[in-house]
Amino acid sequence: MTPKRKQKLFVILGLVSLAAIAVGLTLYALRANINLFFSPVQIAAGDAPFERSIRAGGVVKEGSVARNPDSLDVEFTVTDYVDDLEVHFSGILPDLFREGQGVVVVGELQQDGWLKADEVLARHDENYMPPEVAQALEEAGYSPADYQAKAAEVGKRLESEQRPDDALQRDN
Amino acid sequence: MQPLMIPEVGHYALVIALLMAMVQAVMPLAGVATRRPLWMAYARPMAAGQLLFVLIAYVCLTASYLLDDFSVANVANNSNSLLPWYYKASAVWGNHEGSVLLWSLMLAGWGYFAARFSSELPRDVVARVIGVMGLVSVGFLLFILITSNPFERLLPNIPSDGADLNPLLQDVGLIIHPPMLYMGYVGFSVVFAFAIAALLGGRLDAAWARWARPWTNLAWAFLTVGIALGSWWAYYELGWGGWWFWDPVENASLLPWLSGTALIHSLAVTEKRGSFKSWTLLLAITTFSLSLLGTFLVRSGVLTSVHAFANDPSRGLFILVLLGITVGLSLLVFALRAPRVSHQVGFNWLSRDALLLINNIMLVIITVTVLMGTVYPLILDAMDLGKISVGPPYFNALFVPLTLIMCLFMGLGPVARWKQTDTRLLVRRLWVAAVGALVLGMLLPLIFAEHWNVRVAIGLIAALWIVLPMLRDLFDKTRHAASFGAGLKKLSLAYWGMQLGHLGVAVTIVGVAVVSNYSIERNVRMGPGDSAQVAGYTFTMMELVERRGPNFLADRAVIEVQRGDSQRRFTMTPEKRLYIARGMPMTQVALRPGLFRDLYVAMGEDLGEGNWAMRVQYKPFVRWLWLGALLMATGGVLAVADKRYRRMATARDPERVASDTNQREATA
Repeated sequence: MTPKRKQKLFVILGLVSLAAIAVGLTLYALRANINLFFSPVQIAAGDAPFERSIRAGGVVKEGSVARNPDSLDVEFTVTDYVDDLEVHFSGILPDLFREGQGVVVVGELQQDGWLKADEVLARHDENYMPPEVAQALEEAGYSPADYQAKAAEVGKRLESEQRPDDALQRDN
Repeated sequence: MQPLMIPEVGHYALVIALLMAMVQAVMPLAGVATRRPLWMAYARPMAAGQLLFVLIAYVCLTASYLLDDFSVANVANNSNSLLPWYYKASAVWGNHEGSVLLWSLMLAGWGYFAARFSSELPRDVVARVIGVMGLVSVGFLLFILITSNPFERLLPNIPSDGADLNPLLQDVGLIIHPPMLYMGYVGFSVVFAFAIAALLGGRLDAAWARWARPWTNLAWAFLTVGIALGSWWAYYELGWGGWWFWDPVENASLLPWLSGTALIHSLAVTEKRGSFKSWTLLLAITTFSLSLLGTFLVRSGVLTSVHAFANDPSRGLFILVLLGITVGLSLLVFALRAPRVSHQVGFNWLSRDALLLINNIMLVIITVTVLMGTVYPLILDAMDLGKISVGPPYFNALFVPLTLIMCLFMGLGPVARWKQTDTRLLVRRLWVAAVGALVLGMLLPLIFAEHWNVRVAIGLIAALWIVLPMLRDLFDKTRHAASFGAGLKKLSLAYWGMQLGHLGVAVTIVGVAVVSNYSIERNVRMGPGDSAQVAGYTFTMMELVERRGPNFLADRAVIEVQRGDSQRRFTMTPEKRLYIARGMPMTQVALRPGLFRDLYVAMGEDLGEGNWAMRVQYKPFVRWLWLGALLMATGGVLAVADKRYRRMATARDPERVASDTNQREATA
């Protein structure tokens, strides 16, 4: 082999082995770190795996948020207006977390049906219901528009109840 | 002129800018093809005219914001009469339409400056570069005019007040973060245009690389600062104390940065050694394409985050088509023309060339892995295969080891020689640095914290392995000079730029390693009189007060902090704000910054009875993250100021250039 060819061979071998390592690592990491999304309907149907990190979402049910007065533990129910999911969380909830608002929680589903959340994400959405949840409802054979309308109605009512006194109280 | 006509003037100016961009795109390129100097001469005036008219449009929009003209939909949706003037001005780019206008303004700006500072370039190269930039401009101006007109009116029902700017965006960091980021994104269009021009002309030499390098470095420096500002903003504004979330939007800015980093290194080889030519061109195309991809991801509404303003599918489709055309056409040109410019130059496997090749390969692998993690969920979703999300563990599992492998070669690169390096010489020069990095890296975590952490040790070793060989090189380069100072003066600015850039990487690595492993976070329930201990600091809540801001109401906690038993105390005042116009709550963090540690207090939620959930954090070395990025950017700018680029700029002898061009044309 001429030195030039030898050099080319080295470069190509190096490239191939590096690429192989990269692809292997990528596939491994992707397999271990994908969080699938489930809505309460799917969880109630038993589609979700237990004790593996998943994402679940829905609307925070009216009147379901219960805080432990001595610690930062909090329990609430996430609903898609068909099925409910009980969520336990310890820590600080995001600013936009409110009853009647859409949330996505990341955590592990326990054998007795509640979800131990590590992370709670809230975002103000005009539909009040995360789009993934609407899609899950549709797949389960429900008409998502009805439930979305319901969610929006509850959400708007709770908001209008909350906002004026909130602002008034602070004004005084 | 009535003030009420301002939006129409802006809109009209935008249309004129589009027409000029069209002329700028067509005439010079056609002129080169048909060898008509008169047509080529359209390039510069059109670039200037386009900038002028986009600027007019931009000023008009800003004026509408400042004058609270709520008859303009864009102003009504994103501003409020209560906003301070500087947030009104920055609200212009706090929404989809305005930010695309800013994008176009910067594109026109880069195009103008590329035309202005290219007088030493052959006429045909200028014509091609400006022409290609004009093409990109046409795409974006069409995008604005067809799908995202910022001057749309709300007539006749003019709202009495605006919906307010998203409170998260009412912040100094957000005044400068988007423009910096866009300067970077858009700046890569210049090197992209240079690459296409080189392919079209079939000519790529050291001079070409010398022209392209300053533009690339500048764009890269802007992007670096932009990303760092974004990370800094997330850190203090979101209230979690996180500085990088592997959010798709963050990845969208990281992707062009990674391939841009590969590009500036590859350009160095192309300039110095005349090799890696096709590779450099491909990277230039990739980098700009990734900038466009980033724009698509952020602006199309496929991602949900604070950055995603638009939820109009036609916009996403438009950018996707634009992206498809740009990538498709430029790769086609590449495939057809690249064999013409490629050129074989041999080098040994242990040489700076080879090390830079490895650097490039590593950066490309990292880019690909980040890209996969970012678009994989989107592709699955688009194909209806389920909704998944790829979390930070994926990115950390790949990014960290790959970066560490790259650091191994980063230590060698600056010390190695072009073409061929004697192995024994390299070992003799670097064994001290290697041992030093290992020993210091293992020992330093012991001094700093109570418990030794292997990840911190590895991070420090990597950082030291970058810095120590550089010091050794500095020593070697100045050894033969009359004095150390005289030796330092002899070193070129480009060399200092490289050193500073690499130092920045090391500093950032130290920051990442320490803050990721030695941070302490405690969530506590606190009422007035309660205290909490974190990392030897005592945080005592003195009182809770209420406060009224210009457009918000706030609960404020007054926290007194004492370190150990010392008598020095200071207060920190985190707030929970309620922005009135949107009824949106927001956390205002209290920070006590320091070079070696930050103290971070945020109010979580009201637990009732005067108690609050508080998030108290101790963040060692967190400033190093952004300090490192600033050093990198400074390095990039310093390299641009190098003598060889300035010499080029002063050599403006039109006759010589003209004869040069004629000669080339004769030989072509």
